[in-house]
Amino acid sequence: MFSLIRGAWTVLLHMFHRRVTVQYPDAKAYVPPRWRGRIILSRDPDGGERCVACYLCAVACPVDCIALQATEDENGRRYPEFFRINFSRCIFCGFCEEACPTYAIQLTTDYEMGEYKRSSLVYEKEDLLISGTGKYPGYNFYRVAGLAISGKDKGEAKDEEPPVDVKSLLP
Amino acid sequence: MAKMATIYIDNKPYTVKEGDNLLHACLSLGFDIPYFCWHPAMHSVGACRQCAVKQFKDENDTLGRIVMSCMTPAVEGTRISIDDEEVRAFRKSIIEFLMTNHPHDCPVCDEGGECHLQDMTVMTGHSYRRFRFKKRTYRNQYLGPFVNHEMNRCIQCYRCVRFYRDYAGGRDFGAFASHHHVYFGRHKEGALENEFSGNLVEICPTGVFTDKTFKRHYTRKWDLQTAPSVCVHCGLGCNTIPGERYGLLRRIQNRYNGAVNGYFLCDRGRFGYEFVNAERRIRQPLMKRSSLPVPREEVMQHLSRLIYFGARVIGIGSPRASLEGNFALRSLVGEDHFYTGVSAMDARLLEKIIMVLAKGPARSSSLAEAGAADAVFVLGEDVTNSAPLLALSLRQSVRLKPMEIDKRLHIPEWDDSAVRNAAQQEKRPLFVATPYRTKLEEVSTQAYHAAPDDLARLGFAVAHELDNRSPAVKGLPKKLHTLAEGIARVLSQAEHPLIVSGTGCGSEAVLESAANVAWALCRKNRSADLCFAVPECNSLGLALMGEGSVSDAFKAVHDGAVDTAIILENDLYLRAETEDVNSFFDKVRNVIVIDHSVTGTASKADVVVPAAAFAEGDGTLVNNEGRAQRFYQVFVPDRDIEESWRWLRDIMAASGRPGLKHWTGLDDIVQAMSNSIKAFKNIAESNVPAGYRITGQHIPRQPHRYSGRTAMHANISVVEPKPPEDKDSPLSFSMEGFSGQPPAGLIPRFWAPGWNSVQALNKFQSEVGGPLTGGDPGQRLFEPVQESTVSYFDEVPGAFSPRENELLLVRVYHIFGSEELSAMSPCIAESAPGPYIGLKPEDAELFQVSEGRDVRISINDKEYSLPVKYLPELPSGVGVLPAGLRGLEGLELPAWGRINNQAKG
Repeated sequence: MFSLIRGAWTVLLHMFHRRVTVQYPDAKAYVPPRWRGRIILSRDPDGGERCVACYLCAVACPVDCIALQATEDENGRRYPEFFRINFSRCIFCGFCEEACPTYAIQLTTDYEMGEYKRSSLVYEKEDLLISGTGKYPGYNFYRVAGLAISGKDKGEAKDEEPPVDVKSLLP
Repeated sequence: MAKMATIYIDNKPYTVKEGDNLLHACLSLGFDIPYFCWHPAMHSVGACRQCAVKQFKDENDTLGRIVMSCMTPAVEGTRISIDDEEVRAFRKSIIEFLMTNHPHDCPVCDEGGECHLQDMTVMTGHSYRRFRFKKRTYRNQYLGPFVNHEMNRCIQCYRCVRFYRDYAGGRDFGAFASHHHVYFGRHKEGALENEFSGNLVEICPTGVFTDKTFKRHYTRKWDLQTAPSVCVHCGLGCNTIPGERYGLLRRIQNRYNGAVNGYFLCDRGRFGYEFVNAERRIRQPLMKRSSLPVPREEVMQHLSRLIYFGARVIGIGSPRASLEGNFALRSLVGEDHFYTGVSAMDARLLEKIIMVLAKGPARSSSLAEAGAADAVFVLGEDVTNSAPLLALSLRQSVRLKPMEIDKRLHIPEWDDSAVRNAAQQEKRPLFVATPYRTKLEEVSTQAYHAAPDDLARLGFAVAHELDNRSPAVKGLPKKLHTLAEGIARVLSQAEHPLIVSGTGCGSEAVLESAANVAWALCRKNRSADLCFAVPECNSLGLALMGEGSVSDAFKAVHDGAVDTAIILENDLYLRAETEDVNSFFDKVRNVIVIDHSVTGTASKADVVVPAAAFAEGDGTLVNNEGRAQRFYQVFVPDRDIEESWRWLRDIMAASGRPGLKHWTGLDDIVQAMSNSIKAFKNIAESNVPAGYRITGQHIPRQPHRYSGRTAMHANISVVEPKPPEDKDSPLSFSMEGFSGQPPAGLIPRFWAPGWNSVQALNKFQSEVGGPLTGGDPGQRLFEPVQESTVSYFDEVPGAFSPRENELLLVRVYHIFGSEELSAMSPCIAESAPGPYIGLKPEDAELFQVSEGRDVRISINDKEYSLPVKYLPELPSGVGVLPAGLRGLEGLELPAWGRINNQAKG
């Protein structure tokens, strides 16, 4: 009898405690900016696709859930022809982001990805590509690479000398 | 046996070959020393300073001095340190220097992931850029459809020029400019002219030269599914590694085989693969009565009705299909109704080649042996175009002369630049006798151009000079007699003379005379080798299997004894005159074609069944040496494509013929073949059975880092499919399995920890540059008969005499275009010349035609109109027509052609 009253009393006291339960989805928990959530593909400051289809994210992925195919535009700029992430396999480890040499692939703070069908968790490039630079503003891979693309000729990248004149013998 | 020496590496004794350079010795022992300019086939120049080691005077010397291991010979008691701190710092700083100008390109560079520079950078431990200044840049050049140029990435190791100019004999590529501006390219933009330019892709330690066809559908090395394969674009049977991803064949890389192709491939073999992905592929069964593809079951039903027991069925095989495919067809139709499907002329020539190799005392030479011959006589074959890698081997044999000089001067043979300096223009003897000027003449001692009959007469005359019992040639002009005498003298002085001939001239007499020369040398106790170039990848294997050319098949049809003809991977329009083929199709009620690409023949067929191309199936091919080599399936093709032998087996089962075979996999067919055909008695010996496992594991076709398994099919179904099973080989379509080194014939790719580039090959050889560990794969089917009693051929043809108003037309070969399969690949087709007729300018004047104008010529009562090309070095009265080019297929040459000179274009 006494234990029943004690139990009721404890419950009653809890009414005056601070609430731990968050009223999701009306209220949302704090997510740190480095949270490893839904993966996106970003664009460089000029608006071009950052991904150069180097396959490093795919090979770094421990569950092999990234598949892509490289292709090139007429000026030699490489980009993915398709880029697919199977989120039903993804473990959000962030290795892809770490491997990415161009800051293209990034993990975001979004975690609300529940679906009724597994196949809806397969994201193609159009689902992944955002219009901004994401977490890393300013970086533009092709401005530091030696490859010539449209709008950036040989010798115009950062820290490059103009192309060598092969016919000159001057020092 | 080479003299051995004990050397001390980091105070531990090792036994190595005395006189080898230390880099070669250390790599052979399994040590990792970084290097760039050294290449096992091109030896040392000491240009890159990367392979430094520390050498000590004796065991008391603690100071030591840094030397380049590639330039230091291993002698008894040499003491070196690879691990010394100072020398490690030296090697690291060399890489740092090389990297000051190297662009930040790895993510977009096709070499990335299989880059020797990346591997060496990691190996030396250089990881952080300290250099704060600007990077040098270059403009790139267009180098043709095969090779991409990205000069910024160059580290100036000079390997490319050394290969292109010194090894392959190219002239349109070199080093330009000076100091740190040195540039490797052509004097102006344009396609590389050398037939071996594709090797620059593998030779270059960085990404300056990359595969342009691969670039269009680029995939990293770690994502390619690969399997050991054999090239199908000529008769030499070079070993290759094709790579696949997402159902598309992506590229061909060289697969080292010490006895066959060594380190290199020709451009036809490397870039001809695109026909596998072409639009022309047959991917589903087709029937004439329906415009849509037909389901497999329906086709099987239809076929079993056609091939019921008692139906009169003939089978026409193919020299470009595997032995197993041909054997399955032969088993289905019966030995008497099987025709090999080569042209009547090729059948005669191949039969002669087999007779010469199987009965005579001369050995058939491998490519490696050809490269070591000390005197070569090429009789009637344009090897550069018909068997390109043989030409590369012969170029090396010519270079061996300097080696003798070096011995005198005490220059080690690996000291490449000193060797070349000492040798200057000295060469070993190479005599070239062909109807037209060939590229190999650049390095020849003497060249002779004549009609095929005259070439044979020269051969017979040489043989007679060597051995009196060989028939004499009557009425030989004095000049030719002197030439024959000279050749005979040189050949008889050589220890390992080599006679090269082939089917190129279309003349049996030429083959006979070549055989006579080799036999005469053998009877003088010289170990003379014979090397015959054959037209296709399985020409010799097919000729060993059966007789009967296309013409014989036509005859059988005309005699009215045939209801149904099964044609296996063969385009009859390339084998006989169009009219004959058409009338054959009119006569036969049902034509069944099993092929992988749409050809003229396939479009005439009632039923077309999709066969596997080389990368989609397993099989065995016999090369020109008589070496049976197995090729393995690289990937599982889509839908109904299957190996021909599998189709034939199923047809056999469905039709309920009495000869029903219970073949489950390839091994059963190979076994049946070796039981029933005497020539293939030993063929199973080289074959690793499908049940073979290493520690209970398959050998994986996919690298252990293969990516995207759970995403690549996710757009179709999120449920990952089970990997396909392989019933025919110990390889699996998976990344799981045995991770160590498989037996030599089963190596799916060259990779070793820390060695991601093709240079990982060092780890797979018993000694650097030597045979693969466990012996080079392949099984030779015939050996020479030592006590051969075979008598000399004695039918010496009469001298060639030109005819008025007529020309003797012979075939001229083009590396790009003359071969059927590679010609279906866009980049090869782009490099192929158009049809033409080659004339001597004097002859052209006689016929009143000039270069570039069309001339009408009638051959076998059929008129052709072709533009004229001047070839000043042709013998008079002889013209040349390109082999296999569009519009000239099926023309049997040599033949006489009448010029209708009144018609001018």
